[in-house]
Amino acid sequence: MPEYQNLFTRVQVRGPVDAGIPLPKGDWPRSGKGGLSYLYGLIGDAQVGPFYLGWTGLASILCGVIAIEIIGLNMWASVNWDPIQFVRQLPWLALEPPSPKHGLSIPPLAEGGWWLMAGFFLTLAILLWWARIYRRARALGLGTHVAWAFAAAIWLYLVLGFIRPLLMGSWSEAVPFGIFPHLDWTAAFSIRYGNLFYNPFHMLSIVFLYGATLLFAMHGATILAVSRYGGEREIEQVTHRGTAAERAQLFWRWTMGFNATMESIHRWAWWFAVLCPLVGGIGILLTGTVVDNWYLWAVKHGVAPAYPQVLPPVVDPALGGMP
Amino acid sequence: MMRPVRLGLAIAVVALGGLLSGCERPDMETVQGNYRGLGIEQVINPRIAAERLAANQAPPPVPPVPEGGPRASEVFKNVQVLGDLSANEFSRLMVAITQWVSPKQSCTYCHVGDLASDAVYTKVVARRMIQMVQEVNSGWQSHVRGTGVTCYTCHRGEPLPTAVWAAPADTQRFRVLGAKAGQNTPAMTVGLTSLPYDPFSAFLTGSEEIRVQSATALPTTDHSNIMDAEWTYGLMMHVSQSLGVNCGYCHNSRSFMPWEASSPARVNAWHAIRMVREINNDYLTPLTSIVPANRKGPAGDIYKVNCETCHRGLAKPLQGAAMAQSYHGLGMVHAAAGAASAPVPEPVSAPASPEAP
Repeated sequence: MPEYQNLFTRVQVRGPVDAGIPLPKGDWPRSGKGGLSYLYGLIGDAQVGPFYLGWTGLASILCGVIAIEIIGLNMWASVNWDPIQFVRQLPWLALEPPSPKHGLSIPPLAEGGWWLMAGFFLTLAILLWWARIYRRARALGLGTHVAWAFAAAIWLYLVLGFIRPLLMGSWSEAVPFGIFPHLDWTAAFSIRYGNLFYNPFHMLSIVFLYGATLLFAMHGATILAVSRYGGEREIEQVTHRGTAAERAQLFWRWTMGFNATMESIHRWAWWFAVLCPLVGGIGILLTGTVVDNWYLWAVKHGVAPAYPQVLPPVVDPALGGMP
Repeated sequence: MMRPVRLGLAIAVVALGGLLSGCERPDMETVQGNYRGLGIEQVINPRIAAERLAANQAPPPVPPVPEGGPRASEVFKNVQVLGDLSANEFSRLMVAITQWVSPKQSCTYCHVGDLASDAVYTKVVARRMIQMVQEVNSGWQSHVRGTGVTCYTCHRGEPLPTAVWAAPADTQRFRVLGAKAGQNTPAMTVGLTSLPYDPFSAFLTGSEEIRVQSATALPTTDHSNIMDAEWTYGLMMHVSQSLGVNCGYCHNSRSFMPWEASSPARVNAWHAIRMVREINNDYLTPLTSIVPANRKGPAGDIYKVNCETCHRGLAKPLQGAAMAQSYHGLGMVHAAAGAASAPVPEPVSAPASPEAP
């Protein structure tokens, strides 16, 4: 018989659903009454709903649906409306940005016009969702950390699809909508601009990406490890000896000499996660606008090492006695 | 309570199996191709390699015939290309060509009734193909070296080589919605990527610029774009697949552009691309009007060659067998008969090519 010993438990409590605190004046009512789900309880809170929609949520979902419809219907039309081919080829299908010849002009629908339209609605959907997150946080009396973290991701999205194409003077520099196509675009982008791995902001972005996962693993493991001592009540314990909070900190001080605090570990994690797309976006923004070949840039600045020549020397055949 | 957990486990097992089903099993062999520690190496699946070697065996040469005797042009009528051969050697080559190209159809694939007649289109094509082989072996030693090519290098016992290409048909029925723009389709030509799937029309008949990287660190007025890079990438996927090698066979992938960081094989490939353009534009495309519809692709252009046509998954077609050395009349330089069978040194710089880049 499992016991309900502390807040960190996999025991699912069943009872009347909790509607949450009253909403401020002018807010919409919450949708639905809420219910309990065993499967959700396995990975989180067993209570699902009620849900707050609000006008930003509604407008965001509408814009998102329009964008996905434009993308999806273009993909489906590209296989001549064949449902089997649509499913079979789905990972390959795409809605492509305008071709280079159109620059920043508004192209015909079939030559990128649909892409511009889908991008417009998708961007609107994302920005409205951001506003919704911000306003929900305020409505609950929270800080807006989640909204600003999301804004970092939106920054990278806007750089890739809007700001950089504007600076380059061509929508064709933007990313296609599609599963494999956007991955192939990424590889082609790196190849065209001389290997993105030599872009220092790309390097930093990778540091923060892997760093964020490492910090997340360290923090998650630490808190799970001290939950037997009531580690979730960290703030009550933080001034006392021998508590979960002190043990968690001692563990890291003993193993690596330094420990974050119960407060600072969350700033570490937040900044690592936020800096990943933030510096990544800077790296993308500089590519093609300020630096055209990152490998040559790295050679110029002593970043890329030279290797001993072990193969017979090769010269460009286009130069050798060619007219 | 346990049912959803079991269901979840079952789904996880099936998903994992599905994910792994596309993988090749270990072990792989790796061959270092550049300075140690750079990971510039060929990864070889020995099971696939064995299959490829078995499928790429050169047939034994037709037994030699006595030298001397009257020339072919004196014995046969209408011998326009091979008239200088002895009649014996000429007949031997005809036997070989039949084995290489039309073993099932035999001589009658080109010759019906009068041997001299050009009435059957295949004979006119064959004559042009012999000229093409001569041109490849004599004019493109920058690519074929002392190995050379024969009809068999492409044909492999089939009248139409199995690895050929033609422009794809335009299958799009809708103009306003859903433009594929020649990409985003699971196509074998570009290794099942979503890259443009007909790089051949652009690069192997057309002479579109393959180089997309800047030669300077900072931006200049020279602007190729990301789509250009996708086209080049598509062509390179084809080269890589056809030769059964990865990027590192020619390039140092940290920077694809600099020639000084590339292997000599890249020079070889550079010449190959120009050679294939000449074959397609000067030898095959002009035959379009005389070949029947089943020798043309869905867009009405004649079937043409690419890297796969000869290479068939090997860096050296037919494992580098110097078949052409055994025959006169194929354009090979036979001056040093002893040296011909010796391994040909890899030239380290580009010999002059007959064609501008």
